[in-house]
Amino acid sequence: MNLHEYQAKELLAQKKVAIPRGSVCYDPLEALIAARQLKSEKVVLKAQVHSGGRGKAGGVAVLSLDDDVRGKAAEILGKRLVTNQTGPQGKPVSALLVEEVVPIDQEIYLGVILDRGSGRVTIMASPEGGMEIETLAKEAPDKIFTVPVHPLTGLTAYQARGLAYSLSSNKGIASQLTHVITALYQIFVGYDCTLAEINPLIVSRDKVLALDAKVNVDDNGLFRHPEMERWRDRSQEDPVELAARKDELSYIKLDGNIGCIVNGAGLAMATLDLISLHGGSPANFLDVGGGASEQGVADAMNILLDDNRVRVVFINIFGGILRCDVLARGVIKAFRGRGVELPVIARIEGTNLEEGHKLFRESGLPIDMVSSLDEAAKRVVERAQSA
Amino acid sequence: MAILIDRTSRVICQGITGKNGTFHSLACKEYGTNMVGGVTPGKEGATVDGIPVFNTVWKAVQETGADVSLIFIPAAHAKDPILEAVDAGIRLIVCITEGIPPLDTAQALHVVRQEGRLMVGPNTPGVISPPEKCKVGIMPGYIHKPGHVGVISRSGTLTYEVVDQLTRNGVGQSTCLGLGGDPVVGLSFIDCLKMFRDDPETELVVLIGEIGGSAEEQAAQFIKAEFNKPVAAYIAGRLAPPGKRMGHAGAIIDGGSGTAQGKIEALTDAGVTVIENLTQVGSVVREMLK
Repeated sequence: MNLHEYQAKELLAQKKVAIPRGSVCYDPLEALIAARQLKSEKVVLKAQVHSGGRGKAGGVAVLSLDDDVRGKAAEILGKRLVTNQTGPQGKPVSALLVEEVVPIDQEIYLGVILDRGSGRVTIMASPEGGMEIETLAKEAPDKIFTVPVHPLTGLTAYQARGLAYSLSSNKGIASQLTHVITALYQIFVGYDCTLAEINPLIVSRDKVLALDAKVNVDDNGLFRHPEMERWRDRSQEDPVELAARKDELSYIKLDGNIGCIVNGAGLAMATLDLISLHGGSPANFLDVGGGASEQGVADAMNILLDDNRVRVVFINIFGGILRCDVLARGVIKAFRGRGVELPVIARIEGTNLEEGHKLFRESGLPIDMVSSLDEAAKRVVERAQSA
Repeated sequence: MAILIDRTSRVICQGITGKNGTFHSLACKEYGTNMVGGVTPGKEGATVDGIPVFNTVWKAVQETGADVSLIFIPAAHAKDPILEAVDAGIRLIVCITEGIPPLDTAQALHVVRQEGRLMVGPNTPGVISPPEKCKVGIMPGYIHKPGHVGVISRSGTLTYEVVDQLTRNGVGQSTCLGLGGDPVVGLSFIDCLKMFRDDPETELVVLIGEIGGSAEEQAAQFIKAEFNKPVAAYIAGRLAPPGKRMGHAGAIIDGGSGTAQGKIEALTDAGVTVIENLTQVGSVVREMLK
């Protein structure tokens, strides 16, 4: 689950990290009033969307108070912001962060991640912030400092202090940086994050402020933080993906016209690759899980039946725990409930295979059973192209 | 011979009285695994189809001499049982549980490594050594065949698919294991490659990778420098869009890194036979063995 910038900043403010003065606004008039109240020579309007690259996409505007703040706010609030990360459909902007503009003397990068290889929470910082960490890693890898944190002791004071002094030799600034580093680490572990990032963290005269912030919470840790649910912005997520998650299915929308139902994430990815290898284009990734129930399979089937881009459905099941008869009942249940006729190519292996085949045969539904996976994938692609 | 587990392994199941714990403990036993006990606090004295249940891992180890533990504890409570297994002297932990918060895994794993133990997973289908008739996991036993190919994977059903193809092509396996689909897991590709290198019964290794992280790239470096047996590989997720978790918590392309293409290039460069079409893994490996 991703947080908006203003939400991440609220977490930082709770930890007494300085942020620019500002407020979140949901309509243009509110934005105008908020801008005037700041009594700042210049203000910035920032679209609140779950994506980076907002500035280049027209989601950020720096204005003086003589400018048409209300008009600009209306323009940004109304649009779907298309950035280099959102895909062509973009993300709706329903909130604006209106902030004072502060002078910048130094831009710092500060991020916390969990390093996969070492299994340690790792703090990364660079005195040359402002650009994305990936770019920084390519252009100036020697300017990135990393601090791996011991899993049992947590971040120590000397580690935070040491990192701070590698970013600034000024004692007053370094002491503020030490506080920010510690606070960001505490947010990361306190909320089970996958990423906690301040970029840029700026030095403005004698003060350190978080100018932009990003916090992503790990879905597997969310059960420990039920209070986070109030911050979930459903408008930023695909409604089908959200609904699928509620049914405990893993669904991701893609651009093609072949609907896919597979058990297991690895096999599901491999199935997409196989379709593409044969010249087809999948409409989705859908993992019903290793041990899906009849209802789970029916829910999965219904998602595809609801998708009017889907021309043909490819079911690829290697039943270890999932029994083939359970799968067949789920598929038939979904079809019967809807009365839709969508061609299905099914390749099924595993426990109770014969019973699964029999159920399909006797259902009279347009389900084509193919035992070879490669053959099945080819046939699916042919059907999609001829439909 | 095989790696990690063999016919002398004495296996317990933590969470044996739960639905999955019971089902799979019995399936392992049926396959031939020496299931010597189970642990569910408060149920000591009960048996699960003849397998004795204990309140603590410590007691189970004391009474049965167990050295391997299969864990089926719900994600929210899975850290403590891993620590308990380490404390009780368990050598190899196989953690099936999916959805453990990664920070919990990281803490538990630190202790596992500190104490010199091994962990497979979490979010793994487990380990199986067909020549030894020993299975510690949830994979269907019947698709396997004793032989000389080692299989290491980050996935479950994708591994079954590949193993099934190997078996149908007459290619048996020495040991097959899933490393786990989470971002932070115990044994790595490199750890397993080292074990397969030292296992005289393993002639070839099949490596099944997927998007996310850099475990495959690191494995490629290791293979190039220090591995002397042939390796075939398949990498899943060429079509995965960036920034999306493809089912596995660990299968995500972050900031342009962890792509299938990068992994395929690294492995190819290391002299690994990378197979593009999943359905040809079995036949290609059969040819490689000739």
